[in-house]
Amino acid sequence: MIENRPWLTFISHFSLLLGIGVVALPVWVALVASTHPSSAFGAGEIPLWFGDQALENWRSVFLGEASSGVDVPVWYMMLNSFIMALGITVGKLFISLLSAYAIVFFRFPFRGACFWVIFITLMLPVEVRIVPTYEVVANLDMLNSYSGLILPLIASATATFLFRQCFMTMPGELIEAARIDGAGPIRFFFDILLPMSRTNIAALFVIMFIYGWNQYLWPVIITTDDAYYTLVMSIKRMLAVDQGDIEWNHVMVTTLLAMIPPVAVVIGMQKLFVKGLVDAEK
Amino acid sequence: MSVYFPHKKLPYLLVLPQLVITLIFFLWPAEQAFEQAFYQEDAFGLSREFVGFDNFVYLFNDPQYYKSIWVTLVFSFSVAFSGLAIALWLAVMADRVIRGKLTYQTLLVWPYAVAPALAGVLWWLLFDPSMGPVALWLQYFGVDWNHFLNGDQAMTLVVISATWKQISYNFLFFLAGLQAVPRSLIEAASIDGASPFKRFWTIVFPLLSPTTFFLLVINLVYAFFDTFGVIDATTQGGPGVSTATMVYKVFNDGFIGLDMGSSAAQSVVLMFLVGVMTVIQFRYIERKVEY
Repeated sequence: MIENRPWLTFISHFSLLLGIGVVALPVWVALVASTHPSSAFGAGEIPLWFGDQALENWRSVFLGEASSGVDVPVWYMMLNSFIMALGITVGKLFISLLSAYAIVFFRFPFRGACFWVIFITLMLPVEVRIVPTYEVVANLDMLNSYSGLILPLIASATATFLFRQCFMTMPGELIEAARIDGAGPIRFFFDILLPMSRTNIAALFVIMFIYGWNQYLWPVIITTDDAYYTLVMSIKRMLAVDQGDIEWNHVMVTTLLAMIPPVAVVIGMQKLFVKGLVDAEK
Repeated sequence: MSVYFPHKKLPYLLVLPQLVITLIFFLWPAEQAFEQAFYQEDAFGLSREFVGFDNFVYLFNDPQYYKSIWVTLVFSFSVAFSGLAIALWLAVMADRVIRGKLTYQTLLVWPYAVAPALAGVLWWLLFDPSMGPVALWLQYFGVDWNHFLNGDQAMTLVVISATWKQISYNFLFFLAGLQAVPRSLIEAASIDGASPFKRFWTIVFPLLSPTTFFLLVINLVYAFFDTFGVIDATTQGGPGVSTATMVYKVFNDGFIGLDMGSSAAQSVVLMFLVGVMTVIQFRYIERKVEY
């Protein structure tokens, strides 16, 4: 603080509180909407205070007793979302740790070619090449499968790029010391490199989990079997009825349930999240 | 680094998983898109014939395509500018605050974790023409809000939803940028009698320009590609084509219209665009390393 200006301090707090309020407004309305019977919504007005149907709505949606246009209950889709998010996260970390290790700590013919083949994928999202990727996955007979949901989304170099930068800052003496002590490349990887990259891995885990959980277009396209629906994409099916027939209370319970895991991760691991975000874009 | 492991086979084994995944799920589809862009396929995918650049010629003579470019530009720049402006304002305010900074940060960053499609649904509820509180409030003031019929209002809705989600991201980067501004500079300026307002525009804002430029690129990329869910869940490109961005059109022409040739040609155009944006970003990274 350079000088004391009470008026400016007041404006600061006021702006921040206003910002927080506006940011939270839609979630507040969604929470309220999730506590009313469906009949409360058709009347040309939306209730602004909590109703008494909260338990009933949340329970029936979670267990899939409420009609929703999807044949499987929400808890089941939540499980699918977890499998997809964790699959993408672990898969991405696995392949990118290995390839970054090879590119930084080894010299081998075609190293440059490997580097470019991998890094060409940087920033090109699946949305852009959606139709041909669909055809490839269909040719491989992976529609309606977990591998179909997970594998195509692993093909991105962001994590590899981050690990490469992280590894490059490690001192060369480290390898020398390890080699003098008789450690081979595999021993070095598990005993020195992995422990040293622990925070980076954790930070990336947070970012990748959110990325995986929030996938929308890809699951919409390749799953036609309800058994593989993820929670985020099921919203599309729930809204695919006539405008007046949307059961807003159930839609909002589903929306909130789909938000809770990633939001909890961000709030619970805020330090790692911020680190992962800032590092990933450097 | 100058020390390496002397192994012949192991490094290939290590890069193999990523190479295989990249080849199958990235290079193969990209190659297919390039190939398909030069063919015309019938609606059932039974036969196709080579048509050279016809798909591209058709695309760039199609007023609908220019319309989608225009929609994309309006959408992306609206999202980027409103997102940056709001986030910068909040970050400057949070940087001033001494007590409760972390609490404010926590309460502002969580929308990052919300899926774009869900963000769209949340704001749809607020703006629903028949019962949304904000829509009813606007109607009370004489604004006839119906984003199912009015293209501009539909655009406003998707811009708000997409911006809402991105503010948290911009906020974190601006806050980090502000904290890197040397205190001594600000102190010197205030001893010279510069007001907080003047200090911001002549010292802080210029020092933030690398962050701002970086965020502008990231926000444009976000608005281009990651907002598909917002549009698909709320307006589905409508009414008409007033919110159909280029990415939405690739999906729509490919999967709904089944016009594979045109969709592939559009994919190729988008890949080219992403390439340009990547180069810009890399240039920026190199420049940042210098100082």
